[in-house]
Amino acid sequence: MEIDRPLPNPMTPEAKPYWEGLKAQKLMLPKCNACGHVFWYPRVACPKCQTRDIGWVQSKGRGTLHSFEIGHQSFNKAFKVPVPYVLAMVELAEGPRMLSNLINIEPDPKKIKCDMPVEVVFQKLTDDVTLPLFQPAGR
Amino acid sequence: MPNLRDLSNVACIVGVDESDEMGTLPNKSQLSLHVEAVTNAVRDAGLKMSDVDGIFTAGQHSPATIGEALGITPRYVDGTTVGGCSFIIMVGHAVAALHHGLCDVAVISHGESGRSQVGVSPRRDTAIPGQYETLYGFGPAPTVFGLITVRHMHQYGTTLEQWAQVAVSTRKWAALNPKALRKEPITVEDVLKARPVVWPFTVLNICLVTDAGGAVVLTRADRAKDCAKKPVYVRGLGEGTEHVSLTQMKDLTFSEATRISGDKAFRMAGVGPTDFQHIMLYDAFTSGPPIMLESLGIAKRGEGVRYFEEGRSTPGGSLPINTNGGGLSYTHTGMYGIFPIIEAARQLRGECGARQVPNLKTSLVNGMGGMLSAAGTLVLSNDNAR
Repeated sequence: MEIDRPLPNPMTPEAKPYWEGLKAQKLMLPKCNACGHVFWYPRVACPKCQTRDIGWVQSKGRGTLHSFEIGHQSFNKAFKVPVPYVLAMVELAEGPRMLSNLINIEPDPKKIKCDMPVEVVFQKLTDDVTLPLFQPAGR
Repeated sequence: MPNLRDLSNVACIVGVDESDEMGTLPNKSQLSLHVEAVTNAVRDAGLKMSDVDGIFTAGQHSPATIGEALGITPRYVDGTTVGGCSFIIMVGHAVAALHHGLCDVAVISHGESGRSQVGVSPRRDTAIPGQYETLYGFGPAPTVFGLITVRHMHQYGTTLEQWAQVAVSTRKWAALNPKALRKEPITVEDVLKARPVVWPFTVLNICLVTDAGGAVVLTRADRAKDCAKKPVYVRGLGEGTEHVSLTQMKDLTFSEATRISGDKAFRMAGVGPTDFQHIMLYDAFTSGPPIMLESLGIAKRGEGVRYFEEGRSTPGGSLPINTNGGGLSYTHTGMYGIFPIIEAARQLRGECGARQVPNLKTSLVNGMGGMLSAAGTLVLSNDNAR
């Protein structure tokens, strides 16, 4: 399959469990072992209590579409996903928000609503890189 | 105990100017735009370059590079780079440095070859966008600020027609500014039907991309009286940052950085959010100024856009906003923050001709860095009353 997106570069050490999890079709999120805060993106200290004791939990992969846009052009030579495409901010049921794409829906602002339920779908790009994309829930 | 109000009115803006030209300038390097702007602003102040002993700049060139290019050896430098509002924040840093005698004449310099990219180093992704953003098509500002905009529409029912009114109002001001790049009148319909870039934005919802420089000169109030032009007092100042990645912003429809910077500036100046006759806001997108009015407490949540819709912001309106024509129609290099300061100073001096705001005493400058990530606020006045 043609690689239609820029690959992550660098993949940082603190994010390794995230990228490793995706290869096994698991969306892993960092979680503070001290205060229980589940956060995004991976860091070596908890952004809520600053404790440097971070574990990982598997997300259920469900959430809501917090906000979105429709891309009518590519802004990066390496991003070759056909236009129009949906840029998405997803609020996961575990709390944190992440950026992704909403797929398997018509890229029409009349058909896409903020706060609609969404679920993760995994898209393998290379042996090292699988991405968490999202689609309308229960599709 | 330190008192914020001790810094109020201790220093003045005494010189402002842009580069010799603005627009598409493939024959000028970014560094040349800095040098043009600084030499012009120092001349505007009636000072000599050898008087300058503090250099403040943000972006790709360090203050040392600017000093060297100008042929001066500063004894105070600041290169705080938190996005386009950095220059607004630096007015505050310069006031503090001047007050304590760390320098006597401060220059804040901006130069950016935003359109032609002459003498610009290529941008590199850092670890965070490279792993969590660019993979999905996110990148330039419109792909991020649209998320803020769409969430605001969802929560408050704001419409594309309302955002378009911001572009229409700002263009009316541009028509009165000889230095503005785009002066032809536009309608709400024009904005809605322009080329779609990333929904909810057409190209007319997004700022220009230009090559230009701008500079601001400050000195202590006692010395300001001897400069060439009427001094503009820095009565209040504030700064703040909240996030860089948009996923870390608590509420997409409200800028905490803007609120923090505004509260501090208003408290120092001893003014309330409604005490201004003129406002300059950082308009990289049509939705920016309304959300800034809300975050500053000038408008109620969800109602900032009414200032534009009801004509208060326009020429002849009760609260003129972005009287230079803004980033939307006058110029926008990439880090726009120096230009609203220049316009506010000119308005307070009474130099603005057809676009002059009458009987102006107090002006507000507020700008963002990144996507409402950082903010700077200034309360400027043409007298030293408090």
